[in-house]
Amino acid sequence: MIRNIGARVIDGVWRLGFASRFLFLLLRYSGQSFLRLHLTLREIYFSGVLSLLIILVSGLFVGLVLGLQGYETLQRYGSSEALGVLVALSLTRELGPVVAGLLFASRAGSAVTAEIGLMKTTEQLKAMDMMAVNPIARVAAPRFWGGVISMPLLAALFSAMGILGGWLIGVAFIGVDDGAFWSQMQAAVDIRYDIVNGVIKSFVFGVAVSLIAVFEGYDCEPTAEGVSRAITRTVVSSALAILALDFVLTSFMFRG
Amino acid sequence: MSRSTIDLWVGLFVLMGGAALLFLALKVGNLSAASFTESYTIEARFANIGGLKVRAPVKVAGVVVGRVADIRYDNERFEAVVSMAVESRYEFPRDTIGAILTSGLLGEQYVGLEPGGDERMLKAGDVLKITQSAVVLEKLIGQFLFNKAAEAPQP
Repeated sequence: MIRNIGARVIDGVWRLGFASRFLFLLLRYSGQSFLRLHLTLREIYFSGVLSLLIILVSGLFVGLVLGLQGYETLQRYGSSEALGVLVALSLTRELGPVVAGLLFASRAGSAVTAEIGLMKTTEQLKAMDMMAVNPIARVAAPRFWGGVISMPLLAALFSAMGILGGWLIGVAFIGVDDGAFWSQMQAAVDIRYDIVNGVIKSFVFGVAVSLIAVFEGYDCEPTAEGVSRAITRTVVSSALAILALDFVLTSFMFRG
Repeated sequence: MSRSTIDLWVGLFVLMGGAALLFLALKVGNLSAASFTESYTIEARFANIGGLKVRAPVKVAGVVVGRVADIRYDNERFEAVVSMAVESRYEFPRDTIGAILTSGLLGEQYVGLEPGGDERMLKAGDVLKITQSAVVLEKLIGQFLFNKAAEAPQP
């Protein structure tokens, strides 16, 4: 059993080292991949545009739920006008980046891992190497940058949609005052402190999720089982990375 | 160029993301109001700032005219020095009084300015002459008890 644990630890360290080297190579060859920009655009289409629907719909529903629950709690203290503040702050600071990141990891990250894993299994990556085409520049880097570019935009869309959802429930259905809803929100939300920090968070999550997805695909065992295990690992470790990074970033950014 | 449809979708996606960011910045965060307007700094010394925080509003007649930019402690005069960034379009007389007030019973603390009657205006870097410190609840209660005890009829 001890031998098992030892083997796992060594394997983990090994993979960590490979992941770091992989990130270095990715950054080094991304200049080459930007020369063929349409590859990156294609990946933005696959991971960004095709994730739009799920992001928008879940953003709307999260906003609706926040509106209902927030109103329920706030009206007990007679301050239901603060609903806008509650919805906007919780979305821009936390829920927007985190939930959009989790959805993005399971919607787009898993697809990237599956694609690259299958390419490896069918030895397309080796074939590229044979033809003197660098697979990191041709396959990995565009997918990485596609994810990194898409993620902040998706998180912003999620937050905006959620605030509209909160407005819909609060103002249109329940009847909170429209002016108070927006003006209290505008007084409480600070551009640099809340919104820019939220965008920074979503950017960091985008880097983490994209790196994990591309790396797991690149590193998977070239068998059917290996690909499926790599996809599972992508989703699990992306979710863990997002939540852990969120804690670290929050403790740096929002310190009273 | 068979990728034109994909380009279109990507362009649309980026536009939507940009629009969402703009919505967050303008409608939710109200960018136009504060962050980028020009401002000048004035200072005020307080014996006690209570729970005043950096970025707390500076208000005149209830209207926000600036933000608290910095709070530090002057170890020679044993006072707190509060620097405030006030928007350039507002000017106040030199005998303006600064006070630390609380919005509502349990609200946040802010700096309230009471303009005086001087002809000359405050310039950047000026220090307010008269200030009123934050009210500390414990001190207030202590004073109240003290007065009550003093009022009590002597046997």
